[in-house]
Amino acid sequence: MDIIAKIEQEQCKAEIPDFNVGDTVRVHTKIIEGERERIQIFTGTVIARSGKKANETVTVRRVVYGEGVERVFPLHSPRVETIEVVRRGKVRRAKLYYLKEKVGKRARVKEMKQ
Amino acid sequence: MSIVLLGKKIGMTRVFTDKGDRVPVTVISVESGTVVYKKTLEKDGYESLQLGFADIKEKKVTNPQKGHYEKAGVSSKKYLKESRVSKDVFEQYNVGDVITSDVFGKGDFVDVAAKSIGKGFAGGVKRWGYRGGRDTHGSMFHRAPGSIGASAYPSRVLKGLKLPGRMGGKRITAQSIEIIERRDEGNIIIVKGSVPGPKGGIVEIRKAKKKLSASAK
Repeated sequence: MDIIAKIEQEQCKAEIPDFNVGDTVRVHTKIIEGERERIQIFTGTVIARSGKKANETVTVRRVVYGEGVERVFPLHSPRVETIEVVRRGKVRRAKLYYLKEKVGKRARVKEMKQ
Repeated sequence: MSIVLLGKKIGMTRVFTDKGDRVPVTVISVESGTVVYKKTLEKDGYESLQLGFADIKEKKVTNPQKGHYEKAGVSSKKYLKESRVSKDVFEQYNVGDVITSDVFGKGDFVDVAAKSIGKGFAGGVKRWGYRGGRDTHGSMFHRAPGSIGASAYPSRVLKGLKLPGRMGGKRITAQSIEIIERRDEGNIIIVKGSVPGPKGGIVEIRKAKKKLSASAK
């Protein structure tokens, strides 16, 4: 079993930025278009973090032109360059799935006071 | 035909490829095979290499087996497996030589055979993918096989009809699966996708029959 654990350990990035559910983040992803490689940024609220170690993923939600968009990023994927925290949110849940049903002002997360 | 090595299925996980794709993989620990005996055309009617895997205590083997190993000058083995190989490969190895997982490299395609996990007596839904009926709304047809044929003609059940019965526990070969990585430490190979059998089960690994490896092209 420890061989599997070791392989998974090797897949992990040395460091992943510290962020929590409710934070607003900017996820920088590498996009390969034919020969070119560019960085795409996806900004939104973290509504869930699931999985452990190399298999950990983060679900980021934003509303684009009135339409909710959610993307799931594997945290340790080499395609995920960096994750910047724009704003710290104050939440009382581990998963913010209730945001899916809210629109407009109700779909906000309070800012964490320092 | 090519060299067959035995290995132990360690388990599954997923890894990121160089491109960044996340692929499911199976980790196999490959046993090194020692040539115990060479079957020859003159004596046995065909040529093959008999490989022994996994050392065991001498007292664990019977006397005739012991004599077989002693003749080859190798320690007692738990498993013996024959490999039908081509003439040049046959001549390359002598009795006592050890064949390690080096014969497989990263990017090679292999066939992995093993005894699949036994499922016992399974119904048509699990065994053959029958859809079954709905569970509720007054349905009286759930997981039964349904009609198994017409009446007066042919007055019998057609041969080969898919019915419930023993499932699994058969030898299954997973063909043309890619080796994602090979590491010398512990003779580990990591192959893409799944492999038959339970964790800790013995698997046979050989070069893919139907797909050429990138290095061989």
